[in-house]
Amino acid sequence: MLHSSIDRAAHATPPVLARRITGLSDRAIAWIFVAPSIVLLLAINIFPLIWTVRLSFTNFRVNRPNEPVQFVGLRNYLNILTDKDIWLTMQATAHFLIWTIVLQVLIGFALAYLINKKFRGNDLWTTIIVLPMMLSPAVVGNFWTFLYQPQIGLFNYAIGFLTGADPSSFSMIGDTSLAPWAIIIVDTWMWTPFVMLICLAGLRSIPSSIYEAAECDRASNWRQFWTITIPMVLPFLMLAILFRGIENFKMFDLVVQLTGGGPGSITELTSINLKREAFEKWRTGYASAYAVILFVTVFGLASIYVKALNKVKQR
Amino acid sequence: MKQILLSSTVMVGAYFGIAGASGTHASAAELTLCWAAWDPANALVELSKDFEAKSGNTMKFEFVPWPNFADRMLNELNSGGKLCDLMIGDSQWIGGAAENGQYIKLNDFFDKEGIKMDDFIPATVIGYAEWPKNSPNYWALPAFGDVVGWTYRKDWFSRPELQAEFKQKYGRDLAVPKTFAELKDIAEFFQKRQIDGKTVYGAAIYTERGSEGITMGVMDVLYSYGFEYGNPKKAYELDGFVNSADAVKGLEFYKALYDCCTPPGHSDAYMSEDIDAYKSGQVALQMNFAFTWPGIHADANVGGDKSGYFPNPAGPAGVQFAQLGGQGISVVAASDKQKEALDYIKWFAQPEIQKKWWALGGYSALRSVVEDPSFATSQPYAQTFLDSMAIVKDFWAEPSYASLLQASQKRFHDYVVAKQGTAKDALDGLADDWKDIFEDEGKY
Repeated sequence: MLHSSIDRAAHATPPVLARRITGLSDRAIAWIFVAPSIVLLLAINIFPLIWTVRLSFTNFRVNRPNEPVQFVGLRNYLNILTDKDIWLTMQATAHFLIWTIVLQVLIGFALAYLINKKFRGNDLWTTIIVLPMMLSPAVVGNFWTFLYQPQIGLFNYAIGFLTGADPSSFSMIGDTSLAPWAIIIVDTWMWTPFVMLICLAGLRSIPSSIYEAAECDRASNWRQFWTITIPMVLPFLMLAILFRGIENFKMFDLVVQLTGGGPGSITELTSINLKREAFEKWRTGYASAYAVILFVTVFGLASIYVKALNKVKQR
Repeated sequence: MKQILLSSTVMVGAYFGIAGASGTHASAAELTLCWAAWDPANALVELSKDFEAKSGNTMKFEFVPWPNFADRMLNELNSGGKLCDLMIGDSQWIGGAAENGQYIKLNDFFDKEGIKMDDFIPATVIGYAEWPKNSPNYWALPAFGDVVGWTYRKDWFSRPELQAEFKQKYGRDLAVPKTFAELKDIAEFFQKRQIDGKTVYGAAIYTERGSEGITMGVMDVLYSYGFEYGNPKKAYELDGFVNSADAVKGLEFYKALYDCCTPPGHSDAYMSEDIDAYKSGQVALQMNFAFTWPGIHADANVGGDKSGYFPNPAGPAGVQFAQLGGQGISVVAASDKQKEALDYIKWFAQPEIQKKWWALGGYSALRSVVEDPSFATSQPYAQTFLDSMAIVKDFWAEPSYASLLQASQKRFHDYVVAKQGTAKDALDGLADDWKDIFEDEGKY
């Protein structure tokens, strides 16, 4: 039956076309299939990147089409790297990045470790834990804005209940010392499940025979954890850190929804600052240089990290 | 044969009928008007039905919520997009839109149609239509007059026990404040007070960081304290004006008002947050644009006699100004339907349409409407609107207004809400930021 179908299809192909297709080399056929993707990649990724680099050396402003565009050399780069405010946004980003990664890895791993134990209803718990990461960041931001409301917010009420403090006496997103933590808490709530899932995959990939061998050698649980579990899960953990690091470096929507970069500029991350330069002040050339610096930073750090990750995997 | 002939005749007739119909429709156009998504926009939809009936054109509306309005619409203008034929853009955009050829100049059209700018409230002509300012170059028709003013809980103010307590404490009646100092006393008086078993607060003011909120609020106070955008005798000379001693006192006052008298968590509030705070019965006073007043008057909880309205109070020296809001209507240069768009403006400028506009909840800027003897008593807030429009000042309308605005947003929020540095530091920094921007623009 299969044979006859193929035969019919072969016969249905006009002889001239069939000859033409037959005349193509494997390499040519491969190019035919790959070419659309390459064209799309060039058009959507590579060309804009090159264009951005080009614009970064100019004073171009997209809202001033009548003004001549001048080549300004490295002026934009120098201005960015010597701008105190931009360094403050870098610091805010680093603070956000470090704490979210630390908390998400610790809590995510702990949750994965618990979920990995066989107990009744662990599938249900997994589903419940994973729910926050299925929501849109804009929705989460809006939702937590209400939770953080000093007068009606459940978060403030819970803190007040636990500590005896007046819930309306503090504002998580209106106080400079609390606002950075407010966004760290929300991001951790939302994305810890993602780290947990990766860690869970890592834990479930460890063959039980290794633990059985360790049991035979009378290794304690603690010893098994440090010498088997952690080293075997480490590549997965590092992968989770890579994903969360890149995601949080470009974090925008959640923070805009929660604090708008405030109070003052305390939670103004680089992505928010870049958006203000590019699409509010319309300093296109300057913003292009800013984007190039961020791209090089992320790309450089990620490359170093991936090398380290490969080394860990090869161990 | 007869049947074929009949069918052919019908088909030919139908063809010419359709062609004729499409010929009729060829002169009618679908115009898109872009504006912010707020109550006045709904009133304009209602008003525009008259234009549709009279012109045969159909109107489509693209309304964007205020927080995203500038982003969305400036993107549209900068990219030369054809989405909008008519734009009711913010007053600050006029300079940029004129210099970058995004709006068409309306002088010839006004002359041809006999539309005179003298017929509109002078402040709205300068604020919404002119570029350069104070020159007879018009890029918009004043469409919606707006200004920052105050709403207060008239019912709370009139309670005998509160009046007695206030008089004992401050030695004067609990009444509409004439100065900012009086306003702060009232706000402090109500802060954390129990009214009808509920904790209430003093005042809802603008503190928003993301777009323009805190600047619109702070400027209200600064103007009345003596702040100037620059030396009136020498353009772009800012030192000693932007950061004058009086301006510093004004900024300190705004921070004091924020610290003493706002509801908890009021650290990122603009128009809608202030309305919410007021309508939910949380505050005694609310700073907001006049567009909110019809909605408040009609509100079931705080409307009618429960609320009163007053213009921005005076500063310590008795000087009284208010931040101008509102917009003009312009024809987008990239539009393919400029003729029809101009027809809309011609229709909109008619006195009877402007009168209807006010009746529907839109603030007309036409003098024949607002100077009509019946206007001041037509609504409880009408007189306050007139008083407020007489004392307006506006933010920079320079092509670089967005950069100027971002600088003030940051400096004001850093000082008022984030408690960083002093008022003097904030205004010195702001003067420096603005000088840098103007230097970049080649103004020096």
